[in-house]
Amino acid sequence: MYERYSRQLLFSGIGENGQALLQNKHVLVVGAGALGTGNAEILVRSGVGNITIVDRDYVEWSNLQRQQLYTEEDAKQQIPKAVSAKERLEAINSDVTVEAHIADITPAEMEHFAQGVDLIMDATDNFEIRMIINDAAQKYSIPWIYGSIVASYGISYTIVPGTTPCLHCLIEGIPIGGLTCDTGGVISPVVQLVVGHQTAEALKILTENWAHLRHELLSFDVWTNERSTVNVEKLKKANCPSCGTEPMYPFLRQNQMKSEVLCGRDTVQIRPAANENRDLNMIGERLSKLGKVHQNAFLLQFKTDHNRMVMFKDGRVLVHGTNDATEAKSLYHKFFG
Amino acid sequence: MQLLINGNMTEIPDSIKTIADVKQHFQISNPVVIVEHNGEILEKDSHAVQEIANGDKIEFVQFVGGG
Ligand SMILES: [Zn+2]
Repeated sequence: MYERYSRQLLFSGIGENGQALLQNKHVLVVGAGALGTGNAEILVRSGVGNITIVDRDYVEWSNLQRQQLYTEEDAKQQIPKAVSAKERLEAINSDVTVEAHIADITPAEMEHFAQGVDLIMDATDNFEIRMIINDAAQKYSIPWIYGSIVASYGISYTIVPGTTPCLHCLIEGIPIGGLTCDTGGVISPVVQLVVGHQTAEALKILTENWAHLRHELLSFDVWTNERSTVNVEKLKKANCPSCGTEPMYPFLRQNQMKSEVLCGRDTVQIRPAANENRDLNMIGERLSKLGKVHQNAFLLQFKTDHNRMVMFKDGRVLVHGTNDATEAKSLYHKFFG
Repeated sequence: MQLLINGNMTEIPDSIKTIADVKQHFQISNPVVIVEHNGEILEKDSHAVQEIANGDKIEFVQFVGGG
């Protein structure tokens, strides 16, 4: 039964002990875009026992260049990434239990998903969720691995509660402006490299090879051939609100209706305060009198002459064709209440 | 003056005196940038006073959000 892991068993850093440890571990992968699909595929092929993957979006054509679990069919049918990823991951390794959730992580959901998890892989595309991950990781003492990419640039850091500085120590708040956008594009090689660094650290943590962790903030540009590793231990702050001596976990404390401009996508996401399941059939029937409705089992697309909106079962709506949160909110209220 | 910036030897004008000047010279406006100067990580509020000299080694690490 270990045949499929034979090359990993021969590797001295893992071996039979390491393989048995992997099989008993549970990893939460937050995001199923470029980094999420890459991370999840390697962890699943490696034989990590349980993987939970959470993503808020559906597959689009522009994803196929770098998001390795998806196919043209997924894009045509607008399949939610979590659903498609789960199917593909289970086909790759049926030993692994894969749980998938279509959701935009709120603080409450983060606390829920963090229960019983050994490691969190960051594969999100924004710092708001990263700060929520960071707080939950500190509160429940779970290691997590920051990874991010823009253009040909990649960065990663492994955060171990009680040992390393946390993300809050390093960046002191949510960066605003162009940094979180993918307006500069992104190329696949940098995705693969960050995934490689994240999963190498993950395998060390999951097989309890703590001494081999990198401990340095790593960043590189594969186009300009720059690379740097920086020791950031000195930035750990005793009064950090997330990991200090009197932690407040500030990013776990907010929960309200939210609109968010998805950079570089000409889209605004509206997330209602209450996360409750919507009856898409009923909503679809009502909206079909006002425009074109297209539905699959997970989401509903509604098109008027001017706008395109997608509602997920959990109540979130993506308003496409605008970067204006106010306009998006008024469209949301007009059509979805 | 020459500085080793992110591994590349780079010529900069002598009018540049501090880490903050270097950031401005290269238009690094990212508010979340970590700076290492000759192997020492710098606190954010020291950028404006930290002086540089010919041959210094500087690493700029910029936090980005894509995934
Ligand atoms: Zn901290």
